[in-house]
Amino acid sequence: MNIFFFHLMPYGDLDLSYSDKYDSAWVTLPNTYFDRSKGTAIYDRYIGELSLADELGFDGICVNEHHQTAYGLMPAPNLIAGALTRTTKKAKIAILGRALPLVNNPVAIAEEFAMLDQMSGGRIITGFVRGIGSEYFASGVDPTLSHARYYEAHDLILRAWTEPGPFRYHGRHYSFDYVNIWPRPVQLPHPPVWIPSQGSIETIEWCAAKERKYTYLQTFSPIELAQKNFDAYRACAEKAGYQAQASQLGWAIPTYVAETDEIARRELQPHIEAFFNKFLRFPIEMRMPPGYSSIASTKMLIERKYAVRASQQTIDSLGDLGMCIYGSAKTVREKLLHHQKKMGIGNLITMLQIATQPAEQTEKSMRLFAAEVAPYLRANAGAVAAAE
Amino acid sequence: MAENVTTETVDVRGLTLKVQQAGSGETILFLHGAGGSNWTGLLDRLATKYRVVLPEHPGFGRSPIPDWMMSTGDLALFYLDFMTALELEDVHLAGHSLGGWLAAEIAIRNTTRLRSVSLLAPAGIAVEDAPFGDVFLWNHEQSTRAQFHDQALAEKRLSVGPDLDVALQNKSAVARLAWNPRFSNPQLPFWLHRIDKPALLLWGKQDRVIPYACHVPYRKGIAHAQMETIDQCGHAIHNEKPAEAAAIMEKFLAGVKA
Repeated sequence: MNIFFFHLMPYGDLDLSYSDKYDSAWVTLPNTYFDRSKGTAIYDRYIGELSLADELGFDGICVNEHHQTAYGLMPAPNLIAGALTRTTKKAKIAILGRALPLVNNPVAIAEEFAMLDQMSGGRIITGFVRGIGSEYFASGVDPTLSHARYYEAHDLILRAWTEPGPFRYHGRHYSFDYVNIWPRPVQLPHPPVWIPSQGSIETIEWCAAKERKYTYLQTFSPIELAQKNFDAYRACAEKAGYQAQASQLGWAIPTYVAETDEIARRELQPHIEAFFNKFLRFPIEMRMPPGYSSIASTKMLIERKYAVRASQQTIDSLGDLGMCIYGSAKTVREKLLHHQKKMGIGNLITMLQIATQPAEQTEKSMRLFAAEVAPYLRANAGAVAAAE
Repeated sequence: MAENVTTETVDVRGLTLKVQQAGSGETILFLHGAGGSNWTGLLDRLATKYRVVLPEHPGFGRSPIPDWMMSTGDLALFYLDFMTALELEDVHLAGHSLGGWLAAEIAIRNTTRLRSVSLLAPAGIAVEDAPFGDVFLWNHEQSTRAQFHDQALAEKRLSVGPDLDVALQNKSAVARLAWNPRFSNPQLPFWLHRIDKPALLLWGKQDRVIPYACHVPYRKGIAHAQMETIDQCGHAIHNEKPAEAAAIMEKFLAGVKA
C-alpha cells in the first residue's frame, strides 16, 4: 500500500467568528480576514511539513487547488509543487488536482505538468478535477459547460503529452493551430492521472474505462459513500472486462495520531470541527451552481450528502460517519487497516494537518504516524494483497 | 391565469417549444425572464386587446439546453426563426428582464417582422455603480423577496413551494445565457441604434435585480425610446403592478402607427 501525506494549506489563523457575519469561508468572505503579515510564515511552515513527510518516508505528498478561500491557500498548486521538487528527494508529488474547466488554455496545464515532471525527475502524479461549485463563482466560468470543458481539456492535455508536435487542435471550447509543448514530460506514456472526486457514477465509469484506468480518489466523504464508490469502480472495471487493482483506488481521510486515544480526541476536536463547520462552509447555491451537476445529482446532494456538511458536526458525529480517524498509533493503525481491507484500496491519503491545527501537533502526529502506523499498514496490507 | 389561455407545442427547426396564447388582434410576442414561463396579470390584461404569445424559451421548463444555445445572441437568431415559422408579422415584441435583454438582441439583428419593441426592466447592459442582484447566489427566499418592492406580495409567492426540477432547469438555462458576462453583453450598446422601430423602456423605481439606473445606457442607445417608470414597484413589474404596466403598454402600443 502507498501512503500519502495531503496538505490543504488552510489559513489556520482564520477568525472563526466570521460565521456570525458571513455564511461562507469561500468567495464572499472578505480577504481582509487574511493577515498579510502572516502569509510568509504560513507557507514556510506548510512547505516544511510537506518536506518532512518526504524525510519520514511517506510514499507521496499531495497538494491541491482552490480559489478565494480560507480553506486552502493554493490557488496555484503547481507553484508549491515546484518548490517541493527542490525540497524533497524521493516522495511522489501529487497535484490533486488542477481544475481543468477554469482555464481557457489547457495547453498551459500540460506545459506546467511537463515542467514539474522534468524538474522532479518523473516524480509527479497529476490530478484532474472540475473544481468545486464555488470555483465557478470565483473564476467566472459557466458551470453549465463544466463537464464539456473538462473532458475536452483532458483529451487535449493527454494528446499534448503523448503526440509529437506540432499538431492542430480545433474543438468546441478550445482552439489552437499549434500544440507543441516544450518540455515534454519524462514519464511514459505520460505522468499518472488521478481523479479526486466526491463520486458521481459518471465520473467513476469514466475513470475505470479500459483506455484510462485512472486512479479514483474519494475525498472527505462518509465512509459508506466511499465504500459504495469503490465497489462501483470495481463493478465498472469488471463490466469493461478487467479486474481493478487496489492501486486504482485511493481514500483521502483526515487523520490524527497522539500518545493516547484521550489525548488525540482532546487535541483534534477543535480543529476537525472547525474544518467541517467553518472551513467547509458554503450555502448550497454556492456549492452547486446551476448546471454544475445533473438535476438528479443536484437534488440528491440537496437532500442527502449536503445535509451532512451543512449540519453542525462534532468529533463524534464525524467519527461515526467515518470522516476522520484519530487515536493512539495502535487505534489508528487498526482502524485504518480494517477500512483498507474492507475497501480494497491501495492508496491511503492521510490529511495530517487539519484546519487550525498548530505546527507542534501536526509534527507530532506525522512522526507518530510514520514510526508506528505506516510500517504496520505496509506489512499487513501487503500480506492481504499477497493472499488474494 | 385567465381561462382563455391556450397551451400548445410548436415545432421550430426540430425543436419543440411550449407556447401559451390568448386574445386576438395585433400580436404581442412576450419573452419571459429568468424565472421561467409564467402567464401573469399583465398578460391577462394585454390579452383583452391583443393576441399575446408567450413561448417558453429553449432549455427552460422540462427541456434540455440545446447544443447550439451558447448565448442570448443564439437565442435571438432562434426567435427570428420562430417568427418566420409561425408567420408572425407586425409583431409588438416585448420582454421582461432576461427576456427584455433578449428582445433587444433580436431587434438589433432584424426588425423586419417587428412593429415595436417594449423592454421591461431589461438585463443586458451592466452599469458600474448599479450592480445586478446575484440571482445565482441568492437562495429561493432572497430571490423571491428581491423581485418585489411590496414584501407582502413576496410572502404570498413564498407560501407556494417551487417545482424543484423546473427551477433547477431554468437556472441552468439562465446560467448558459447569462453567467459570463453576467447578465450582459458588452457589445450591445454599440448596436442599439439599429432598433429602428418605436421602443418603450419600462422600469420599477425600486428594482433590486436590474436596478433602475440600468435604464441609462438603453435610453442613450435607443434615442427615440419612450421611458416610463412605476414608483413603489420592484423588478417583477408584471406581477407587482400589472394594471399600471398594462396601461402604460397599451397607451404606448396605441400610439404606434401601423
